Amino acid sequence: MSKEQEHGMTVIVKTVTRLTVGLIFLYGIYIILHGHLTPGGGFAGGVIIALSFINLDLAFGGSVSSKIFSKGSTGLVEALGAVMFLALALIGLQYGGFFVNFLHPDGEPGQLLSAGIIPLENIAISLKVGAGLFGIFLTLIVLQKFESEKK
Amino acid sequence: MIELYVLLGLMIAGAIIAIEVKNLLSAVVAVGIVGLGLSIIFILLKAPDVALTQIVVEIAALILLIRATIHRDIAEKSCGSRPFGAIMGILFLGLAVIAAFVTFNGGLNPFGEPLMTVSRFYPLDAVSGTGATNVVASVILDYRAYDTLGEATVLFTAVIGVLTVMRRLGKKKEEDLQDSK
Amino acid sequence: MNAYLPYVFCMILFCIGIYAILSKRNIIKIILGVVIAEYAVNLFFVLVAYKAGGRAAIFSETEVILPESMVDPLPHALVLTSIVIGLATTAFLIALAIRLYGKYGTFDITRMRELRG
Repeated sequence: MSKEQEHGMTVIVKTVTRLTVGLIFLYGIYIILHGHLTPGGGFAGGVIIALSFINLDLAFGGSVSSKIFSKGSTGLVEALGAVMFLALALIGLQYGGFFVNFLHPDGEPGQLLSAGIIPLENIAISLKVGAGLFGIFLTLIVLQKFESEKK
Repeated sequence: MIELYVLLGLMIAGAIIAIEVKNLLSAVVAVGIVGLGLSIIFILLKAPDVALTQIVVEIAALILLIRATIHRDIAEKSCGSRPFGAIMGILFLGLAVIAAFVTFNGGLNPFGEPLMTVSRFYPLDAVSGTGATNVVASVILDYRAYDTLGEATVLFTAVIGVLTVMRRLGKKKEEDLQDSK
Repeated sequence: MNAYLPYVFCMILFCIGIYAILSKRNIIKIILGVVIAEYAVNLFFVLVAYKAGGRAAIFSETEVILPESMVDPLPHALVLTSIVIGLATTAFLIALAIRLYGKYGTFDITRMRELRG
């Protein structure tokens, strides 16, 4: 086969990864969006999304996922998450203080669209945690491997 | 709660194996025993949020440890210990156990009876005050959001630290300096 | 004394981590010691929060759950942030270890001292 095929693990692992990686990604999104109703939240969901990208890298080898999500864009997305979190906190200043839940009378408890700014904060945290962890993974493992291959 | 003690014993056994085994890959896998046992204990102690985060973070940490270190051909070498450090470690361990017994008999609440002086308010107020049915989410993102802000800062600093330590620019400059010498 | 037995187990786990940090020469073993000590601290927080016969701190739409029957949610929130910080610091330690390996060619901290200068 071609050289692309030789990277990474065996055909079995590649096929199973191709089938399951989308489900893992969707599970991460579910955990994030339902963070204010069920166990989970931004931390766990962000790490699950990062793990789905890491799974692609481990199975197919090399730079498969860094083509989708490069190292520069991980920094951008992480900064976006931090800015979003701080912006939500600063908008609260207009309603009485830092981190005031200014949307919370909308929606009744138990529904998906409820709890004011808590789901938005969950999304911001998940962007930050997921992109940060994936950036660390790319720096520590993928780029290191290329460096050792060059030598 | 017999299963709690069984799992705690398993975790202690896994920790001792991780510290004392010669092969580094086995050591990392034994730390996996500790982390996954910890996640089951969190479920037994009625903390599902923490259990979910723990199991996911454990897998990520194991992947980082294995892929970043084990493929270097050092798996078998240099697992000795420092005798001075070992003596100091045992001394510290004895002192810490004595201090722990004094503390447990004095101020700490018994197992199964939390103090709840600060946090009695949170479950009573969570649904009407924030609208979230998950009390832990309402605590980390509404009542105590400053904690999460500090956590985000620490995470940002750690990512910057990793990117700075692993950058390739500094290495090139150093090689140039050595060449010019 | 039975009421304090889980805390004693947790203390033993913490001491194993500290012993690894103080006595091992391999830098990967030291990182594993840091990780074990951190797990012990997280476990201690959740043990303190447990209420005998309590329920998880989540309300349900279909079932009436009294707020008084819940476990303490505050230590859970603290541990949740602490776990993610632990992952970040572990990654930072691994980065430092890789750099040290690149500079000295070994993970043994005593031999690193010899090769300095």
